[in-house]
Amino acid sequence: MEPPQSKEKNEFFYFALRNNKLVIGLIVVFFFLVFAIIGPFLTEHDLNERAGPRNQPPSAEYWFGTTTFGQDVFTQFVYGLRAAFIVGLVGGGLATIVGMMVGFFAGYHGGMVDELLNMLTNTVITIPKLAVLLVIAAYLTVRGVIHESIVIGLWSWPWAARAVRSQTFSLKSRNFIDMARMTGMSSMKIIWTEIAPNMMSYLFMTFVLQFGGAVLAAATLDFIGLGPTEGISLGLMMQHSFNWSAIQLGIWWWFVPPGAALALLVGAMYLMNVGLDEVFNPKLRER
Amino acid sequence: MFLNLDKVTKVFKTGTFGGQDLHAVEDVDFGLTEGEFVSLIGESGSGKSTIGRMILRLTSVTSGVIEYRGKDISEFRRQSLKDYYRQVQGVFQEPFSAYNPIFKADRVFRNVKDEFFPEMDNGRWQDKVQDSLGAVGLNPDQVLGNYPHQLSGGQLQRFLIARALLLDIDFLVADEIISMLDASTRIDVLNLLADLKEREGLSILFITHDLSLGYYISERAMILYSGRILEKGVTEKIFRNPLHPYTKLLMASVPRIDKKWEEVEAELEEKQSDIDSGCVYRDRCSFQEKCKQCEEARPELREVEENHYVACHAQEED
Amino acid sequence: MALKTDDLRVYYQTLKGDVKALDGASFTLEDGEIMGLAGESGCGKSTLAKSLILLKPPMKYVEGRVRLDGEELPIWDDEKMNSFRYKNVSIIPQYAMNAMNPTRKIGKMVKELLKSRGISPGEKRDELEHRLDLVDLTRDVLSMYPIELSGGMKQRMVMVISSLLDPSLLMADEITSALDVSTQKAVSEMLVEFRDKDFIKSLIFITHDISILYQIADSITVMYAGKLVERAPTEEITGRPLHPYTKLLISSLPKIGAKYTEEKLEGIPGKPPELLEPPEGCRFKNRCPKKEEECDEEPPFREVSPGHKVACWKVKKDVS
Repeated sequence: MEPPQSKEKNEFFYFALRNNKLVIGLIVVFFFLVFAIIGPFLTEHDLNERAGPRNQPPSAEYWFGTTTFGQDVFTQFVYGLRAAFIVGLVGGGLATIVGMMVGFFAGYHGGMVDELLNMLTNTVITIPKLAVLLVIAAYLTVRGVIHESIVIGLWSWPWAARAVRSQTFSLKSRNFIDMARMTGMSSMKIIWTEIAPNMMSYLFMTFVLQFGGAVLAAATLDFIGLGPTEGISLGLMMQHSFNWSAIQLGIWWWFVPPGAALALLVGAMYLMNVGLDEVFNPKLRER
Repeated sequence: MFLNLDKVTKVFKTGTFGGQDLHAVEDVDFGLTEGEFVSLIGESGSGKSTIGRMILRLTSVTSGVIEYRGKDISEFRRQSLKDYYRQVQGVFQEPFSAYNPIFKADRVFRNVKDEFFPEMDNGRWQDKVQDSLGAVGLNPDQVLGNYPHQLSGGQLQRFLIARALLLDIDFLVADEIISMLDASTRIDVLNLLADLKEREGLSILFITHDLSLGYYISERAMILYSGRILEKGVTEKIFRNPLHPYTKLLMASVPRIDKKWEEVEAELEEKQSDIDSGCVYRDRCSFQEKCKQCEEARPELREVEENHYVACHAQEED
Repeated sequence: MALKTDDLRVYYQTLKGDVKALDGASFTLEDGEIMGLAGESGCGKSTLAKSLILLKPPMKYVEGRVRLDGEELPIWDDEKMNSFRYKNVSIIPQYAMNAMNPTRKIGKMVKELLKSRGISPGEKRDELEHRLDLVDLTRDVLSMYPIELSGGMKQRMVMVISSLLDPSLLMADEITSALDVSTQKAVSEMLVEFRDKDFIKSLIFITHDISILYQIADSITVMYAGKLVERAPTEEITGRPLHPYTKLLISSLPKIGAKYTEEKLEGIPGKPPELLEPPEGCRFKNRCPKKEEECDEEPPFREVSPGHKVACWKVKKDVS
């Protein structure tokens, strides 16, 4: 493959669009995203309203069937998908951004800065997320998905910070950082233009893990009743189906859509990550 | 002196709790005049790269002062540091790691433009790049637009020298820049440095472990061992008449293609002179028994003939 | 003769095709001979050494025979080669410093190695200690972990281990390039001593630095782009190189006493060809100052005077 003789940005897209893994991953994520955005407009039912007979299998009227309470599964699914994207993006995004900041500064500056940030990281790791959520649950009687996402995000960054720190540390000793320092560049600029791009796929991987982690953490919280007091999530759907013995009763349409969506979404993110690695790394690209 | 090092020392903390001190560089004094080509010769661990990095402000100085055109370089901040880098640049041993692997090699040029010539229009900048690539003997059509791994080590090193030339520098620190290159390209890069010195009046600190390269190219040489300068002076004088036993050992160890090791050793033995201690070199020194001071005092660098210094008690006794 | 290779070809498999890293090497090595093998990086010198002891993917055996002390070396058969390794043929690898398992004490590692060769460690104890003395290592190193040793010490330890079973052929692959000049000299001289004391019969010393070979080798073989281009006794090849590549290589070496201002040295313009699809004929022709039409045909590696072989059409046979 001959890259076109144009600017670097175009070249990135040139290779990106020819990478099957990246393209497939993107299509899947995009598909769910569209689903989550326009899905609610396709249904005339309300979330918890009794829309029809109980335990109906999928049909022309109830696309994904109904629950034991006669709620429309499709409606719950599309709203749940929305909630999953919100938790993943806000929670995972927050954790990644905070983790990145802390990791970059600790790794690049070393010394005292590193010591202090390390102390902070370790402190946050040792505070149990559950206890904090219990306290928050006690004070906030009405909780939404956003609150849940922020709490998850603020308590999940330390792992990202540790990973970013050690990567930064090893990149910092490479000569090209010295070359950049010898232009008198500020350390902020060196971090953003020299170190961060090298970790793009790595940061994305971190985000993928945090995204998946946040969605799963939300599901866990939902399970023990610390989740949102209003709304629905894929986790809540699975939880309800489990509580009402959907598996034993063979009401597969209740738990398969949320479970499959969670698996596909996280799987697609992972596939994108592998693809991105190939696109970003010119050496892998040639093989 | 346009570059001057005065009692420069670098101590690294080592050991589990940083409790031990490693004196990487100790009380190093030397100066460079404008347009001079000086070799700093030492083996690994001698502190030679640390000296280069301290001059380039990549490593801090523990004590002592490095002055450039009369100004203490440790005081440079932002703008003044940028001005310093406009005049002083470095090239290092490992050409591949000097490039950010995910960008094209030209990126090192772009960084220079962004930081130093943000206002210059692209056409003029391209001309400037072409000129400096030409000056280091690279064909712009062949090297521009490539990723680092698509270029050879020799090309990458020239590329970095071209980068330094974009800045109209007057001082270059070249740290082992050819030791990773093949013999056939090595000499071209070396000749390039010498040409630049002649043509542009560049001053160069050439850091190497290889005496024959140091001799080939430099006007003055300094021999470094365990962070201290043991002998310095006009290159020919040091090579014709090495006085410090360590310099002699180095001379005897360089593999050459005109004389066998045994012959060189025999020659040097004939010229034998005596030695000292407190001296960093005393454990390996071949003349140890002959001198008691070596255990007690650090020998100072002393001029033994015009422009030829050695730090060895044995030389003081004459 | 200790070693005889006949038209040895070993390629590297890549997705783009075979890289012809070693493309027909024929030479003989006498008992007691130290052969220096020189050339630029990528010329196939390390491939040659590796193929004689551990030919594993992506390396691919193509053709050629190797005889060591009259016995055929089954280099294409990894399992059969096992009985030859250490005992008959051994190598000091390029990154010897990292070749040791960091979790094992050195003494234990040596014991395990001996046992795996069916030799009881007690039997070799004295010999081991004797050899440690020889390379200036104290016996304490046996109870140390590799990490406790300096680079130079590890290098010497690997030298002792590689030669402990008195292999007929020892190969040293670029072992001096990362060392300081004084250590370089010590290590090289130790290897000569190994030969003098008959620990090893013959030695192939691989380096890009011809001046080290001048110091210790009996003969020098120069490789270029996967082919042998010249082979002769050391004094002969350094004093009277015949192949244009060898000539340029030697003239590009900085000499002590040569100064830029007085005698400017020249490098070799151009770069070696791609070995994925090497050019027809002489592989040096594109960089050669003497290139003519006949160079499009491959020059034979032939003897032009006793003991001096060259692969170049422009070198006329010595009539005398």
